[in-house]
Amino acid sequence: MVGYVGRRLLQSLGVLLGVSVIVFGLLHLTGDPTRLLLPLEAREEDVRQLRALLGLDDPLWVQYGRFLARAVRGDFGLSFKHQVPALALIFQTLPATLQLTAAGLGLALVVAVPAGILSALKRNSLLDALCSVGVLLGQAMPVYWLGLLLIMVFAVGLGWFPAAGRDGWTSIVLPATALGAFSMARIARMARSGMLEVLAQDYVRTARAAGIRTFVVTYKYALKNAAIPLVTIIGLEFGILLGGAVITETIFAWPGVGRLAVDAIFSRDYPLVQAIVAVLATLFVVINLVIDLVYTYLDPRIVYVRSAR
Amino acid sequence: MALLSVEGLRTQFATGAGTVRAVDGVSFAIERGEVLGLVGESGCGKSVTSLSIMRLVPPPGQIVAGRIRLEGEDLLDKDAEAMRRVRGARIAMVFQEPMTSLNPVFTIGDQIAAAVLAHEGGRRRAAWDRAVEMLDQVQVPSPGERARDYPHQLSGGLRQRAMIALALAPGPQLLIADEPTTALDVTIQAQILDLLRRLQAERGMAVLLITHDLGVVAELCHRVAIIYAGRIVEMAPVARIFEEPLHPYTRGLLRCLPHPSRFGQPLSSIEGAPPDLRGADAGCPFAPRCPLAIESCRRHEPALAERRPGHFVACPVAVV
Amino acid sequence: MSVTATMLPVVARPRRRVSFRAAFGLGALLLIGGSAVFAPQLAPWDPARQMLTKRLRPPMWQARGLREHPLGTDHLGRDILSRILHGGRISLGVGLTAVTLSALIGVTLGLLAGFFGGRADALIMRIVDVFLAIPYILLAMGVVFALGPSLLNVILVMGATRWVQFARIVRADVLSIREREFVAGARARGNRPLRLLLRHVLPNALTPIIVVATLELAFMIIYESALSFLGLGVQPPTPTWGWMLADGRNYVATAWWLATFPGLAIMLTVLAVNLLGDWLRDTLDPRLKV
Repeated sequence: MVGYVGRRLLQSLGVLLGVSVIVFGLLHLTGDPTRLLLPLEAREEDVRQLRALLGLDDPLWVQYGRFLARAVRGDFGLSFKHQVPALALIFQTLPATLQLTAAGLGLALVVAVPAGILSALKRNSLLDALCSVGVLLGQAMPVYWLGLLLIMVFAVGLGWFPAAGRDGWTSIVLPATALGAFSMARIARMARSGMLEVLAQDYVRTARAAGIRTFVVTYKYALKNAAIPLVTIIGLEFGILLGGAVITETIFAWPGVGRLAVDAIFSRDYPLVQAIVAVLATLFVVINLVIDLVYTYLDPRIVYVRSAR
Repeated sequence: MALLSVEGLRTQFATGAGTVRAVDGVSFAIERGEVLGLVGESGCGKSVTSLSIMRLVPPPGQIVAGRIRLEGEDLLDKDAEAMRRVRGARIAMVFQEPMTSLNPVFTIGDQIAAAVLAHEGGRRRAAWDRAVEMLDQVQVPSPGERARDYPHQLSGGLRQRAMIALALAPGPQLLIADEPTTALDVTIQAQILDLLRRLQAERGMAVLLITHDLGVVAELCHRVAIIYAGRIVEMAPVARIFEEPLHPYTRGLLRCLPHPSRFGQPLSSIEGAPPDLRGADAGCPFAPRCPLAIESCRRHEPALAERRPGHFVACPVAVV
Repeated sequence: MSVTATMLPVVARPRRRVSFRAAFGLGALLLIGGSAVFAPQLAPWDPARQMLTKRLRPPMWQARGLREHPLGTDHLGRDILSRILHGGRISLGVGLTAVTLSALIGVTLGLLAGFFGGRADALIMRIVDVFLAIPYILLAMGVVFALGPSLLNVILVMGATRWVQFARIVRADVLSIREREFVAGARARGNRPLRLLLRHVLPNALTPIIVVATLELAFMIIYESALSFLGLGVQPPTPTWGWMLADGRNYVATAWWLATFPGLAIMLTVLAVNLLGDWLRDTLDPRLKV
């Protein structure tokens, strides 16, 4: 177990190292970062000054080493636009994004898990049919369109919720719904198929043959087994939600990291873009690490299988 | 009164490609303390028979006719809760695949304790102690520690012992063992058969042993019913079946009985394939493969008749 | 397109009858694909033609709606129906090419990882993890912005950020295929590794690739529109569904049809592709869950 955790930690560090390469590469995409960093009409002298300042004349690997050494300490440089450390800006906006993501994921789970399980238990019922239509629509509706529809109906039309901003609990309802819908559909689908699969297993038959109550078989036995694949996708789902938050925040003017990122990209604020990509990727890696450890608790086979590999 | 009597049981599966008559009019009885073997090739309906008795036939399967009486009470009349109280407590079941038949995410002890709690209630602690005691009874070494293991941590033989402990924990009068040794190594098979025989004798428990392996039958059973195409074709005390089989199908099976050194391997090598159970044709289902078949065999379905005392055969041409 | 041709024999042996859902998906997809291909012939107007006298007209069934603009006009007086028909060309075209590209990358890496195992496998799987960790939409935005938003750049970026699914599924499949006897046999006959991969391993991994490709196509359509919506997709005057939505965003309070119809087009297309993908998965490979 300890060996497994250690190995998994090491692996996460490896992934973060890979992320750092890509984040570093982001700035060198066009060959000469000064072209990205400075406005098009910049003077030749400014270009030369910036090159010297950033050490762009050094070999690439020296530059990467320098970048990594600073990034590890959380130093991604100053945001060009705001003239404050990039990381500080992120930490200002991150709570709003985490709040939105958590609300979206929470909403998705609260609706999708019971819906998926009930449709599995009442297979081919009206409820099952409704759920599967909901799943199909949820998976086909892009977040930006759903967001606009929600604004049209519930903000402009009915006036129940604000269309934009982050002000009081009512303002999170629409963005969280738009953001969570896709995950809701996927989770409901997984929950249903997972539950159906588990209910068809031999061990469920064994439990019923031993006279264990249906309620216990369903909610204790089957649920724990069905939860295992769900827990893994929640980690991946979180990554999808962070990506979706970029768009959702833009639509709903939600003051989070996503909107900061879009703004940074359009204002060529590359240190900030780099910092955001790095922070979000780190967040994803850490959350998946935690989930993997929860997973080993849920499924006692996993340590065994993975250690054997 | 027999402990369990099954009368005219029919279980069918409505599939897209027609109705499969998996069990097609099966009748037999088991006395208290008796071991009855139900023998046939795979797909002949022996497992569906056992699941029918437990009323655990998976959909789209359905019991369409018959009586299943346990000490006189018809199980088919019972509501879901009453049936649940029968399962495990009065009739228990051991399945073929100990790997998949135990829940991978709960410990062995938890699963046995759950079976105890389901019928006797009481405290979890007491149920756990019973689980450990049961593991001891099925000769699992260091049962206290093994109870805390998960199924994947045990060997195949130990897993099947745990499965037996799970089935026997609530103290059933009848144990249905569906191919209990098929998935095991030959040496482990012998140990499990020994264990079953000992437990059966100690507890005076009746056993319905489902198998395709005549070697297992010879080891354990008092009586044997041979099943073919969802119907019992021959039923007799075990010695009679081996010494003087009457039905051509049984003879075919015995002719392919492997040498004792190859016990445990599947039967085969009767000419032809098992029948398509969707057919509703009249006549003996074995006729197409039967070396002795005559014209009337293809038109009239033979009834199970007592041709010798205690020896029933469903074949008019069988040489008596 | 030669990929499609080799796919056919596999698709042509369905174990199940075509369900209503699959038929609906296929029908809708043919309709959408057809109207995209024949957009120039079908569209009543030039999608770029601005008619400032007819700005923001609602669909024809509403008051002030015009017969000649069935789905209304946008803020520049352009015909929405014509723009949607033309926009389908971009959505489907970019989607299909991006999926092909990401399949090429992913399948190649997956084959290498699964077949050679060891260090190659470990390295490739770590790269997969890296790409899973990075919010691809941000990466794509950053890259497209840096390189300049053009059709080619959009396709390249989309393909380069979404190959992970292919790599994972192909690797898993190759690992199991590799152990089968016919591969061992081919190896014993002295076949070269590359030849072995292409002749024996790849064809057997085709089924999951097809299924993933279909489901990824649905994803790419959403992805392309998202980039367009954010202003980083194919640039105007080419009409794209994402741009139309972005335009409509400014008129949610006054002209609902601007954002509604292009979104409906995206949803219908994605729905159709998903239905087809589900059916393919259920028919070809029920074990596969993406």
